[in-house]
Amino acid sequence: MHDKTLTELAKALDSGELSSRELTDHYLQRIRQADSTLNSFITVTAEQAQAQADAADQARAKGNAGWLTGLPLALKDIFCTQGVKTSCGSRMLDNFTAPYDATVVEKLKAAGTVSLGKTNMDEFAMGSSNENSYYGPVKNPWDLSAVPGGSSGGSAAAVAAGLAPAALGTDTGGSIRQPAAFCGITGLKPTYGRVSRYGMIAYASSLDQAGPMARSASDCAHLLNVMAGHDVRDSTSVARGVPDYAETLNAPLSGLKIGLPKEYFGDGLDSEVEKAVREAVSVYESMGATVREVSLPHTHYAIPAYYVIAPAEASSNLSRFDGVRFGHRCENPSDLIDLYKRSRAEGFGEEVQRRILIGTHTLSEGFFDAYYTKAQKVRRLIRQDFLDAFEDVDVLMGPASPTPAFDLGAKKDPVSMYLQDIYTIAVNLAGIPGISVPAGFAGGRPIGLQILGTHFAEAQLLNVAHQFQQATDWHTQRPAFVEESA
Amino acid sequence: MALEDSHVRRAAHLARLAVSDDQASDFVEDLSRILDMVDQLQGVNTDGVAPLAHPLDATQRLRADEVTEINQRDTFQRCAPAVENGLYLVPRVVE
Amino acid sequence: MQWETVIGLEVHVQLATHSKIFSGASTAFGAEPNSQACAVDLGLPGVLPVLNEQAVAMAVQFGLAVHADIAEVSVFDRKNYFYPDLPKGYQTSQMYHPIVGPGEVEITLDDDTTKRIRIHHAHLEEDAGKSLHEDFHGMTGIDLNRAGTPLLEIVSEPDMRSAKEAAAYLKAIHSIVTYLGISDGNMAEGSMRCDVNVSVRPKGQETFGTRAEIKNVNSFRFVEKAIAFEVERQIELIEDGGTVIQETRLFDPERDETRSMRTKEEANDYRYFPCPDLLPVVLDQAYLDHLRSQLPELPADKRERFQHALGLSAYDAAVLSASRDMAEYFEEVHRVCGDAKQAANWVQGELSGALNRESLSIVDSPVSAVQLGELVQRVLDDTINGKAAKQVFQALWHGEGDSADAVIEAKGLKQVTDTGAIEAMIDQVIADSPAQVAQYRDAEPEKRGKMIGYFVGQVMKASRGTANPQQVNGLLKDKLDALL
Repeated sequence: MHDKTLTELAKALDSGELSSRELTDHYLQRIRQADSTLNSFITVTAEQAQAQADAADQARAKGNAGWLTGLPLALKDIFCTQGVKTSCGSRMLDNFTAPYDATVVEKLKAAGTVSLGKTNMDEFAMGSSNENSYYGPVKNPWDLSAVPGGSSGGSAAAVAAGLAPAALGTDTGGSIRQPAAFCGITGLKPTYGRVSRYGMIAYASSLDQAGPMARSASDCAHLLNVMAGHDVRDSTSVARGVPDYAETLNAPLSGLKIGLPKEYFGDGLDSEVEKAVREAVSVYESMGATVREVSLPHTHYAIPAYYVIAPAEASSNLSRFDGVRFGHRCENPSDLIDLYKRSRAEGFGEEVQRRILIGTHTLSEGFFDAYYTKAQKVRRLIRQDFLDAFEDVDVLMGPASPTPAFDLGAKKDPVSMYLQDIYTIAVNLAGIPGISVPAGFAGGRPIGLQILGTHFAEAQLLNVAHQFQQATDWHTQRPAFVEESA
Repeated sequence: MALEDSHVRRAAHLARLAVSDDQASDFVEDLSRILDMVDQLQGVNTDGVAPLAHPLDATQRLRADEVTEINQRDTFQRCAPAVENGLYLVPRVVE
Repeated sequence: MQWETVIGLEVHVQLATHSKIFSGASTAFGAEPNSQACAVDLGLPGVLPVLNEQAVAMAVQFGLAVHADIAEVSVFDRKNYFYPDLPKGYQTSQMYHPIVGPGEVEITLDDDTTKRIRIHHAHLEEDAGKSLHEDFHGMTGIDLNRAGTPLLEIVSEPDMRSAKEAAAYLKAIHSIVTYLGISDGNMAEGSMRCDVNVSVRPKGQETFGTRAEIKNVNSFRFVEKAIAFEVERQIELIEDGGTVIQETRLFDPERDETRSMRTKEEANDYRYFPCPDLLPVVLDQAYLDHLRSQLPELPADKRERFQHALGLSAYDAAVLSASRDMAEYFEEVHRVCGDAKQAANWVQGELSGALNRESLSIVDSPVSAVQLGELVQRVLDDTINGKAAKQVFQALWHGEGDSADAVIEAKGLKQVTDTGAIEAMIDQVIADSPAQVAQYRDAEPEKRGKMIGYFVGQVMKASRGTANPQQVNGLLKDKLDALL
């Protein structure tokens, strides 16, 4: 049962072969069996899940079922869920029960989905390995000594290990695509503004975007159908029609123009990853696509620009965690300054503090123009690189990450960790959509192919990814851990 | 731009983070490496380039001036560390 | 040495929207603590701001009223600092691209001269909450109801040269925002708050002296007092060989003095940067034209019209146009009675006197503008004389009768103009006053004019005030002179 895609499970629910309650109980059982090893969930909402499943079964009996009704999902613990602990992977919010639902959570509830619980993540979505969580690291089900990627590592590991058929993640610099690649699943970061950010705890507001993580592009399409759309509560969400992403999955790819950014195949790229990506591209060629090399000349500056803009926004976004209205408060503060300083020093982990300090420093007097204004100018150049490339090609392809999943504890130095996001980070600066699909293995660890499109090209990305999954079986492979933990 | 201990301490104070001496020297080291990496930006020619604050060239939508929120004080204060008579409590603020 | 005072004002005006600038919570004053602080106002994790269209419209209306450039593109920035009444740890404001650009306001001084004060800019921002220091076991209580209330901060150029000019400027701003209806202008409830920048320099010197910023100056009177104190302090300091330091000072209305606020251990560094949760506000010409077409007649235009079209004195025109309520009342009285000068005299005389005695504002006047207009009309058409009119006014003030006509009727105050009736009363008075008649007859001719007053008084008394005084005067003189 836990080997099936959402699409297969939806069919089973529809035919009456399976009830949502049975499905939900099965996944709750899977979590109980396997998660003590993986640590992919921070909170499991078993009772709520069962009640939602029962309600979904009743709705279905009355003929009121939609495509997603009764399907269980896991939510990254960055989404506010009414009445359920929402920690953002931080001690700061360990005691925080959200008093409201994020817009995407509300939409998925309204669509009849069942929430299994809240998944582990790098604290405040700051990290590429899930080692920055207050709740401890998550393990990669393909290799328990490897990281699952981050920051949506819990979501990726849970889906890969069959603890949930699909999950929500968020992506500020690669946090959906990189863990999807490391865990051998499909993860889509939509165009900035496509999915509401309301209720998603902000890391870097001009970069954050929520997206689906699942076993196939087709599953992602069905989730995006519900998640996408304008939200009056989010000024940055876009008032633009939402197409049926599932409808165009089978459009033929003959004549598709693929660009390979030469900067994505340079130094630092693992040779096996490169081989897998080039083989994937040749699969497209066999479908009638044409391939050419393109250049994104400012790629090299994406990480520097990101590490100005994201920490600057974060330093301000995280000021609300001050121990006054919610969240961690230190014991016996001697005065107001002490209350602020100790509550925040105790509540935030090291990486979060590091980024708050960088952001505070780069925004401060005398540094603002040299760092922040400069980074925003470079950001425009980076976006222009993509817009120029999309004049010539339909999609860009390359690796999601320079290497397969690395070992837990392998990256001690923050900068070497940041460099992991070299292929994903520019996409957030430009606001374009990107998807990572499984495309092979190296040393038993999955490899992700990243496909990028221009703004609002999600339908095309899902179509291109789906066609690859019709021609290959990388996405159907399961880690041995699934069997071992059953 | 070299980062000094005083910069880190000033940022920590502005950001209201208690930082011990040991931590401060660790932060100086980490942040220096990060800023060295960031300094590559200075090599990009950005003459005549306007800063980009949002990835889409969208403009602000306006909300009708309507009261849509009801009093949810009790719900919101359930997650507050210290309240009394409906007020959030903090150590005495000296004006 | 001769000193010159240089003053600039930053006026924070709470805009009279129903809901907050970035949330749908109510802005009503005086609610239970934190009952009007919604998730967005509290800065709960994950919430986002959406801009109130009315706040934008009000800011633009103000800009148009002060002939300012309205920014085609304005941008919200975050001003970052920690304070318990600031829930998000930043205030959303407009640092670099404010919605209202340079403009100007005309102020009227005591000698009826006018002066133009330049506006540097005006920007939209959110208000903070309130800290309450009553004893919560030595703690401070935070009420965030006010957090997120829209503010328009109006920043003047340092164009004022005296406390009186500063007070006149503040009154002019008050008058404009209340005319526009964009604020209730209630200073006691904090709807209008003022920070004053004051410096002094030797007369003739071009460069400005070091300024002090005085906070918490929240009435017209306090502005004058705070400036007077501060100017004296700075001059004394300099003359004693000291130097003024740039600092923030607090006005203490109990003692009429300013005092230094405790200096922070470090200079503020607000780390302004564009708010990534809000997009640029873009206004097109059609929108501005629409708002311009909706603008009411503004105080300066009204004053001009009162003086030149209605023929009022500069003083009357200024007083009657100072507040929208006063102007509307006056204009209604004028519409009903048809005589601007009489309308002005009554509004500023009898009515204002009565309002002042009972500390009422004109909107709470027991005598409506229509009632007063009808009363003035009855004076103009000689139905009643001036003395009776005052009685009618008093009756209306105390609710004795619905209209001037009803009071005149009920009290029999209609003026007697029938010569025969007046002559009969005069004859009776003369008959009853042989001693006074004898005195009159024996007096020097030039003293008789004064002595006639006694007889006029007696006749008016006999008519219970209803006889036409001019007629009484003329007839009396004729009859008394006939006795000589």
